[in-house]
Amino acid sequence: MPVTTLAGHQIHVDAEGFLTDPAEWDEDLARVLAEQIGLTLTDEHMAAVRFLRADFATQGETATLRRISTVGGIPIKQLFALFPQKPAKKIAYVAGLPKPHGCV
Amino acid sequence: MTTIPDTAPAVVPNFDTDAGAGRKLAIICSKGSLDMAYPGLILANAALGEGVEVHMFFTFWGFDMINKKTMGDLKFTMLGNTATHMPQGLGGLPGMTGMATSRLKKSIADLDVPEVPEFLEQIVASGGHLWACRMSADMNKLTEADLYDDVEGIISATDFIELTDGAQLLFI
Repeated sequence: MPVTTLAGHQIHVDAEGFLTDPAEWDEDLARVLAEQIGLTLTDEHMAAVRFLRADFATQGETATLRRISTVGGIPIKQLFALFPQKPAKKIAYVAGLPKPHGCV
Repeated sequence: MTTIPDTAPAVVPNFDTDAGAGRKLAIICSKGSLDMAYPGLILANAALGEGVEVHMFFTFWGFDMINKKTMGDLKFTMLGNTATHMPQGLGGLPGMTGMATSRLKKSIADLDVPEVPEFLEQIVASGGHLWACRMSADMNKLTEADLYDDVEGIISATDFIELTDGAQLLFI
């Protein structure tokens, strides 16, 4: 498992760059991770990221877009606007969580 | 003194590869049973989540998926479906289709997968395009007013082929 350093944070990541230990994450790191994929985090971005973190803590798996919208209350359209092209994967990456595995 | 492991340069996922740019998926939905409605919906939704442009074309029995009268009430029958691993005669008994339908609906809902109308809403919110087949509309004497509001238009097969130039295609 590669160990990498991002803006002074030493983190364990998988082959694609997703964090493998959610405990190594904090909101400062989220901003750095977001910059890596060309995003500047706003409060709206952070709301999605925080929901994903909280949901992961109770469910043990990364929420799908549908779950972020139905349980987290953030409309799908907005998620696509905030995290273009591949919102589910991008939010998971910024939140320091694994990619979601659910089909829907 | 602890040793600090060697650190590699930052590994960053490549979300916006050029290879995937401009990828398009055309899905032709030709079946109107509950079990055959889902494959198209699930694949459309998955593709949209990967940044792929998606066009769905509803034709023949698939028209039931976008007909306001039938879209919320698609059925699943055991008849002719050997994958249920039940004696075929059972499927013909009164009430069996209703029972099989409510069972399937429940297992789908248990996975937090939405019903057909709500699924279409999610697909449209994700940027997907819905098209109705001209011939199916004419055969059933239906107009846009009879169809799910987010259907973008009733178009001919030729129009759809033109629209999905270069797309990968799924016929369901």
